[in-house]
Amino acid sequence: MGYLSLTPADREEMLATIGVASLEDLFADIPTGVRFGRALDVPPALTEQELVEHLSELAARNVHTGAELSFLGAGIYDHYVPAVVDAVLSRGELLTAYTPYQPEMSQGVLQAIFEYQTAICELTGLDVSNASGYDGTTVAADACYVAKHATGKSKVVVAEALNPQVRQVVKTYAPGFGLEVVEVPHRAGVTDANEFGEAAQDAACAIFGQPNFFGCLERAPELVEAAEDAGALAVAHVDPMSLGLLEAPGRYGCALAAGEGQPAGNYLSYGGPHYGFLAARTDLVRRMPGRIVGETTDTAGDRGYVLTLQTREQHIRREKATSNITTNQTLLALAGLIYLSWLGPQGLREVGETCLALGEYAKQALTDAGVELLFPGEATFKEFAIRVGRPAREAIRAAREQGVHPGYALGRDYQGMDDVLLVCVTEKRTKADVDRLAEVVAQWN
Amino acid sequence: MELIYEKSRPGRRAGRVPPAELPVPELPDELRRRQPPRLPEVSEPELVRHFTALADRTFGIDTGFYPLGSCTMKHNPRVNERVVELPGFRDLHPHQEEEGAQGALELMWNLQEILAEIAGLPAVTLQPAAGSQGELTGLMLMRAYFADRGEERDTVITADTAHGTNPASVTMAGYKLAKVETDARGDVDVDHLRTLVDDRTAGLMLTNPSTLGLFDENIEEVARVFHDTGALLYYDGANLNAVCGISRPGDMGFDIVHFNLHKTFSQPHGGGGPGGGPLAVRDRLAPFLPAPAITRDGDRFRLEFDKPKSIGRVRGFYGPFGVFVRSYAFMRAYGPELKEMSDAAVLNANYLLARLRDAYELPFDRLCMHEFVLSARRLKREYGITALDVAKRLMDYGFHPPTIYFPLVVPEALMIEPTETETKETLDAFADAMNAIAREAAEEPELLKEAPHDRPVQRLDEVKAAKQAVVKYAFDEHDDVPAEPAAAGAADAPKGV
Repeated sequence: MGYLSLTPADREEMLATIGVASLEDLFADIPTGVRFGRALDVPPALTEQELVEHLSELAARNVHTGAELSFLGAGIYDHYVPAVVDAVLSRGELLTAYTPYQPEMSQGVLQAIFEYQTAICELTGLDVSNASGYDGTTVAADACYVAKHATGKSKVVVAEALNPQVRQVVKTYAPGFGLEVVEVPHRAGVTDANEFGEAAQDAACAIFGQPNFFGCLERAPELVEAAEDAGALAVAHVDPMSLGLLEAPGRYGCALAAGEGQPAGNYLSYGGPHYGFLAARTDLVRRMPGRIVGETTDTAGDRGYVLTLQTREQHIRREKATSNITTNQTLLALAGLIYLSWLGPQGLREVGETCLALGEYAKQALTDAGVELLFPGEATFKEFAIRVGRPAREAIRAAREQGVHPGYALGRDYQGMDDVLLVCVTEKRTKADVDRLAEVVAQWN
Repeated sequence: MELIYEKSRPGRRAGRVPPAELPVPELPDELRRRQPPRLPEVSEPELVRHFTALADRTFGIDTGFYPLGSCTMKHNPRVNERVVELPGFRDLHPHQEEEGAQGALELMWNLQEILAEIAGLPAVTLQPAAGSQGELTGLMLMRAYFADRGEERDTVITADTAHGTNPASVTMAGYKLAKVETDARGDVDVDHLRTLVDDRTAGLMLTNPSTLGLFDENIEEVARVFHDTGALLYYDGANLNAVCGISRPGDMGFDIVHFNLHKTFSQPHGGGGPGGGPLAVRDRLAPFLPAPAITRDGDRFRLEFDKPKSIGRVRGFYGPFGVFVRSYAFMRAYGPELKEMSDAAVLNANYLLARLRDAYELPFDRLCMHEFVLSARRLKREYGITALDVAKRLMDYGFHPPTIYFPLVVPEALMIEPTETETKETLDAFADAMNAIAREAAEEPELLKEAPHDRPVQRLDEVKAAKQAVVKYAFDEHDDVPAEPAAAGAADAPKGV
């Protein structure tokens, strides 16, 4: 086994130094009743070459976005990942370090997290960001926990138009947190501010997606005002790729913003690992979960970075911690920072504009091809819903036979939408790609 | 070193985006961004140099020995990075239809099978994103299981040697916490345990081997105490690297086990993550596992969403798939010889222990498993040298320090986990350095107090960091958050785990 380094001679010498006769003697403390008396029943060892062949064979049975013209989104998005991201992440120092407990050994990763936190604060218009959460779903649950402790209230409100997986995770976490979850239905694709405010009475927080799961743009400032008037903290769940064009949640009154970081710098990777981001107003900093990096000075007075505000965290506060999170998603968040630095403010705006323009073109092309927009009056970003006049699953099957994945079947999550597809257009698709989709769609009539 | 924001110049840029060459629709005015985010404006050459400089100022396993106790900093095989980049994995959309993702589903199925065999428990979920989330998910399973049986149980017991995640998870799951003490041999104090367990007890969370690096000799009795009252046993898999193919948690009596794929199965730690925290459970807990589950139907693999008793979803999609690819590749490279991995981990740890036991105090005088805990108490008493000083001086010798000030039951703790991948030469060099440092403590204590001497920064003021709480670049203004109330970031806070 090439991952091990001891020679037989090493082993003999080491056992002698320890003062035992055999390797087995080292395990004397394990009661005989719980020793495993046979070899593990797992497939035989493979050489590196065989391993690559085996995994290549498995990978070949997956239809990836290079093998099919895909309009899938619904929470995970096919944006371009530049080569600099791969290049930096392959640096072994960054890849194989762990949480920077010893800051003198880890100034690089600490500074990178500090820069990441700054980027997230800039995108969201808020004061403090943590070093990352697991993904876009768990950071929403984190936001609920923050809000519960900050307000002392035990209800959370979620818009039904918020990503279903995010809602599901909030509901899974809620019983342990002592929280009740109330959903506010959408009205023709968007959330009604009056209903949202009504539901937010006595709530710790109220969460909506911007854009929402249908790709529609919520009247976010109105939702926030309604929630705040009802005494609940407003939480926006945002797509980072929209924030070159859309107002920052902190600027229209959100106390917290959360989101899935994947669109900014991470590959699709069948759903993970990615990074969730969470940012908050200054007054909530002591309730924040997870690592936070802060600036300080060393004994010579030079600037440096350390993990800070650690009295929030499990390794010090234990059962009184603001969260149990330890291992986070630093490497994926680093990819996000590199990507956002590669784009810059102008590039982020341009990606957003390309998505907007292509999306608008796609809406027109598809309606010309004979399908209906589900929510025709609403402004959208990256995604929009269409009625295809037949079960969406069937439409997907038919289109895939022609090498096109036309989108996500919304009937999986919403009643009465069995014939609805959610179509996603990022800057990786072209006008010609959209025309090809329209050709396929035209055959459905 | 300058921040990337300080290198930023208006108008400079790296990436170019394909223009749409189509009209861009107007956004509703009230939603439009007023001020662009102040992201860095840098060229690609600067970008690459900046992050290369940050890499240079970071120490990873690739740089050198990294014996951070309880974190299992082993070599990360590079073939794993190659296979994870196969387009069929990297560019696979998680909403792809099942028939277009059969290879991915089969990989996850195979991984579940191997994990079940290692745990000695039949049912697996891959969903949890890391060990801590595995813990929380396991506790949610306990809640769902007892609720289904109509039993009201409100307390979970953890050991006083437990990782901080255990008690934190207990609180997040809505349980009350009770703590069991450690006995004179470093095992769970079974007499104390008996006084804590009653019909309100939902379960025990235990790491075995413990964070002291000791296999609990009373584990069978501990399991009996719980099972006699109908309570459940949760195995914190942080230290599984000691016992793969040697002793199985399921055979020890545990009902729920989490794995740390980034520890035992070599997912690179990434400067803090990602990780993976799958669970294996007994059959009677299987109905409560998160949805979706992966099922096999002949040669076909499916995602099962219809699980009426499931606790629900704990994260997006199916878990950290890229982590599964790497860990699966790692396991397939070993095959049944995974036992040799644990053998070597335990041999390396005991060898280092034998070489260090004279210069440092050993709180529990036993053979260890994959890690061990020393105390610098004598150095502190005699020379005023702390575990922190020892750790900082180790940097001068080119080593990453071990975990310090943890577990909490050992004063001035140094928790050392060499892992299986190190050579004897590396272990000897580390032992020589540790022994030299113990001598320096007597002869030249200032050398330790002033360490490190050749890192990019000297010792950093953690109290100041917590007090001023500058957590983002200030641009033009200083937008500080309020000061930390307590004396936080104390020098003797746990560093590691």
